[in-house]
Amino acid sequence: MKFTSVFDIIGPVMIGPSSSHTAGAARIGRVARDLFGRQPKWAKIHLYGSFAETYRGHGTDVAIVGGLLNYDTFDDRIKTAFADAKKAGLEYEFIPETANTEHPNTARLVIGDDDGEMSVVGISIGGGKIEVSEVNGFKLRLTGGMPAILVVHDDRAGCIANVANCLAMHEVNIGHMEVSRIERGLTALMVIEVDQNIEDKVLQQISLIPYITKVSKINN
Amino acid sequence: MDVLFHNVRELVERAEQEGKLISEIMIEQEILITGRTREEIIQQMDRNLTVMEEAIERGLQGVQSVTGLTGGDAVLLQNYIAEGKSLSGDLLLDAVSKAVATNEVNAAMGTICATPTAGSAGVVPGTLFAVKNKLNPTREQMIRYLFTSGAFGFVVANNASISGAAGGCQAEVGSAAGMAAAAIVEMAGGTPQQCAEAFAITLKNMLGLVCDPVAGLVEVPCVKRNAMGASNSLVAADMALAGVTSRIPCDEVIGAMYRIGQSMSPNLKETARGGLAATPTGKAISKAILENGGLQSIKALQ
Repeated sequence: MKFTSVFDIIGPVMIGPSSSHTAGAARIGRVARDLFGRQPKWAKIHLYGSFAETYRGHGTDVAIVGGLLNYDTFDDRIKTAFADAKKAGLEYEFIPETANTEHPNTARLVIGDDDGEMSVVGISIGGGKIEVSEVNGFKLRLTGGMPAILVVHDDRAGCIANVANCLAMHEVNIGHMEVSRIERGLTALMVIEVDQNIEDKVLQQISLIPYITKVSKINN
Repeated sequence: MDVLFHNVRELVERAEQEGKLISEIMIEQEILITGRTREEIIQQMDRNLTVMEEAIERGLQGVQSVTGLTGGDAVLLQNYIAEGKSLSGDLLLDAVSKAVATNEVNAAMGTICATPTAGSAGVVPGTLFAVKNKLNPTREQMIRYLFTSGAFGFVVANNASISGAAGGCQAEVGSAAGMAAAAIVEMAGGTPQQCAEAFAITLKNMLGLVCDPVAGLVEVPCVKRNAMGASNSLVAADMALAGVTSRIPCDEVIGAMYRIGQSMSPNLKETARGGLAATPTGKAISKAILENGGLQSIKALQ
């Protein structure tokens, strides 16, 4: 069964006009912000496929910027997101792309500030549901439906066990986990889906583990 | 996954055997699947109902979409009803206007509750708030209306599709219309089997409906499709309540809808490459909006 809850059918509450192009887009923006860990100062928003062709009419543009400002799918401020971004000191640029992607509703968000930058690829798979398919060049599959932790680390033995131990100490149960690396011995990424929202002190502790370079989270 | 029903036959049988409403079976299944309490589930649906009511109120005051393609028709319909000259009947037109109101708010980037999707969000609330004036339901009965709709939508989503990109508009507005018809029947005191008949009659008459949005936007023909979906569901509900049955069982109609969707050309499934989107005017509107900076450029040409 693809749909499990009655609220998959009667819901979500959202700003129109399209569950894929608007609600999904807002969620992509918000997940990117969550992963970055703070409000970015600038965003280069590359749009592909149907997103690139109809983003103005569907409000995909304001929805993504709204998401970057931490607005939810039903937040009325999505409509004033451009003006709000100006006030919040967030500069953004839309770059419609012609390249074909695996899914027609794909966005690549490159966001950053004076302290760093991050690249997130999100796809809107229908009914407001999304997946994150790439972070900083790492391929992954993250649904955003469950709270998750992303850990960038050096590719060394024991790193994964140490992170898992830290979560166990805080009685955080792991639902799904993926590890990927671009090249052996260099940087790697752990994607850990967990059952409950993660407190900041847990992230703090993980960040102190040797060889961990960056920790970010998505709360549900 | 453990569920109480996989198809409409099981849903109706369970309701009949246990002497319960369809809405009750849906609530019980939600408790079973999510482990949440009845109160939490009812409260969430109550909030969705409030969102629907507020969207209708806003739409009836008049809204305009960003592109200028849609907006204001709900007001025209209400004014027409007030003149007392409606041919098809005030309740039916009221449902139509409220379905339009919801979708105009959706197109204008207002807050709506996707039912089952954003593009088909008008039918279920539109009929609910029109029938409300006739049947005077309690708040609880109005919430039940949404659970009954949801029960049928659940079956369609899992056995066919509720997405225009996957199954055409029959899957979106067609499903929404069937969901509304079943819920009207329950609210009007019909049996679970009559709910299923109403769903089947409605969906049968929405079969083959293509998804051909002009410029790919959820405006033309989506807003008016919701209007016709709402009227279709009211007529089918009346037919079922009168004792009319569908010769083709409900689940087989849903199966037919799925197979029609599968055999439909991709041009007719939300790509904006066929149907109304591919008419000369559809293409001109699309060009004006997507390439030339808005509808003003069309008006300037005329």
